[in-house]
Amino acid sequence: MKRGLAVIVVLLTGLLLAAGWFQSGGLKLRAERTASSPEEAVRALLADIQDHNWDRAYARLDHANDIQQADFVREIAGTDGSLRTYSALQGFDIWPVHADPSHATLRVRMNWSSAVGSRDDVRDWSVVRDGDVWKVVWPKPNFANVPLQVLPVNYLRWDVIGRRSDESGGASVDSPQVRIISMNAVERPDSVVIVGEVENEDTVPAYLNISATLLKPDGSPLAQQDSFDAIAHSLLPKQVSPYRIDFPGIRLSQVKSVRMDAHPLLVPASADPVISVENQNVNKDALGRTILKGALVNQSGQVVNIAQVLAVFYDSSGKAIWVSDGYVDQALLPQAPVAFAVDIPSDVANRMHDYHVVVNHYSAPSA
Amino acid sequence: MWRMIRNFCVVMVASALPALSQTVTIHAPSSVSAGSSFAIATSGRGSATFYLVGPSHVLKRTIALGQEITILGQDVTSSGSYQAVACGSEGCVNTVFQVLPSAPARLSFLLHPSRVPVSTPNAVNGTALVSDRFHNTVIAPAKVDFRLSLAGESSTRSVQTTRGVAWFEMGSRPKQGALQVVASLGDTTEPRVIQQVASDACGLRMTATPVGHLVKLETDAIRDCAGNPLPDGTIVSFTKTDNAGRSTVDTPIKKDKAIAQFQVSGPARISVACGVVAGNEVSLGGRP
Repeated sequence: MKRGLAVIVVLLTGLLLAAGWFQSGGLKLRAERTASSPEEAVRALLADIQDHNWDRAYARLDHANDIQQADFVREIAGTDGSLRTYSALQGFDIWPVHADPSHATLRVRMNWSSAVGSRDDVRDWSVVRDGDVWKVVWPKPNFANVPLQVLPVNYLRWDVIGRRSDESGGASVDSPQVRIISMNAVERPDSVVIVGEVENEDTVPAYLNISATLLKPDGSPLAQQDSFDAIAHSLLPKQVSPYRIDFPGIRLSQVKSVRMDAHPLLVPASADPVISVENQNVNKDALGRTILKGALVNQSGQVVNIAQVLAVFYDSSGKAIWVSDGYVDQALLPQAPVAFAVDIPSDVANRMHDYHVVVNHYSAPSA
Repeated sequence: MWRMIRNFCVVMVASALPALSQTVTIHAPSSVSAGSSFAIATSGRGSATFYLVGPSHVLKRTIALGQEITILGQDVTSSGSYQAVACGSEGCVNTVFQVLPSAPARLSFLLHPSRVPVSTPNAVNGTALVSDRFHNTVIAPAKVDFRLSLAGESSTRSVQTTRGVAWFEMGSRPKQGALQVVASLGDTTEPRVIQQVASDACGLRMTATPVGHLVKLETDAIRDCAGNPLPDGTIVSFTKTDNAGRSTVDTPIKKDKAIAQFQVSGPARISVACGVVAGNEVSLGGRP
């Protein structure tokens, strides 16, 4: 009797464990762990990347191109305080592009949740058959190999010192003088967007934010927003930055006028680093979208952890019609080009006549 | 009985007579200077409660009627209208007097802005507020001198205050540097400094020197239209367009010049700008 009860308890426990495994997606996970088809191979690799299981992910790669695990991890997990180091793979979609018995190409859209919001990364991956399993051909990362050298950096920096007096009649220093040099209200399918450019006209750096208030026909405020991260907040003297302010859920017909406000602050700043934007071209990406792409080159000696590209697009009359922005996953190491791409809406691409790109950067304080 | 009542009434009336003949009054000077001690005369007999109600201060004291009330200077430091009140058993009497600002002793000097581009008309304005040592605005006209000095040159403007305020407005000078403005009134001086800074770039020009696949770009010394060099750190934008696409770099001025370097692929067109000021354009590789 006692033995029969023990057997029943063991069977019940096993049954419950199996039910839990099915319930938690164990079957799907198992399918992802196997690589009996190109899609399963890619799915399994992405699952391992999600788990940060770098050893198993590396084992799923085709090693014909002699890729090193350290390079693979460096590319996918990020390094040097880059945006990727503050990101996690949230989800992914896979589409077959081409397949034959020994080779296949799949298009992968990885959705990363990052410190600056959700970001998509679309890539075409080759997958090859290796016996019974399929393995992903990971392109060998081409990290710049900058020779050891001493780079003198002697750019200016500005410090703000002394007491900031609010006493009436006391000596004080004015906020930097900035000017909104253009502003255009654009209607999008689901929003009203204010785009334009602002210049620091002063001889000192400015930390800047732009806000806009949409006014109804009766003059009362309809909505107020600021440029958030769609602006280069730190502007050096005579530097020009695009800005974009989004008003979701509002139609242009509701708006009578727009009130713009610039809020400059006097802040310490450095003219270093200088980042050039090279080989800018407007092209189509793998999904057929129009993109502006190029490469960022950090011309200074310190690492730029996170870089953001802001591009303003003009029509034939020189009016700003759109501002795109995009973050770069990799850190900008000195003298090493890093590719970037920002989307251009199709209607803007049709009307665009010219564009201008600026780079916003964030660097962790050096020890 | 009736006699007793009559005697009692006579005694009561007789005892009230001295009070009726000594009516309580107080007399203050029509105006006094802020911070100065003075006396308020009273009449009457007995004691009373004295109140001094000013714009920012109230004083309460028990006084003996018929004697002078001494008001210390510290009780009348704020200028304005004061009310002195004495309340005795028969009621209250009051008087009103003015406390005027004392001699000018302080200057509050507002000079705006703290930085200004050179040769800008009506860009500089200074306002001096004259007050006494208790921060009361001195309404009486006073002469404030504004001494302006820049790079060894100096000039003085004298301005009469109107209701305690003297002000001036002027354009910035064509030469950059620290413009010192000293407001003075008697022995009181208040110095302020305005930085006159270079204006927008003028005649921005660069030269391009090809070195193999590279082109080195260097501007001439960047100055404004009055010849002042733009400060180091000012951003200059170089843009190159060639077969590889467009390349841009925002580089700061160092020692009056901005320098940049690009790789060139085929014929190239290079332009330079500083803020909203465009400079010359250079074509390389046979383009017109």
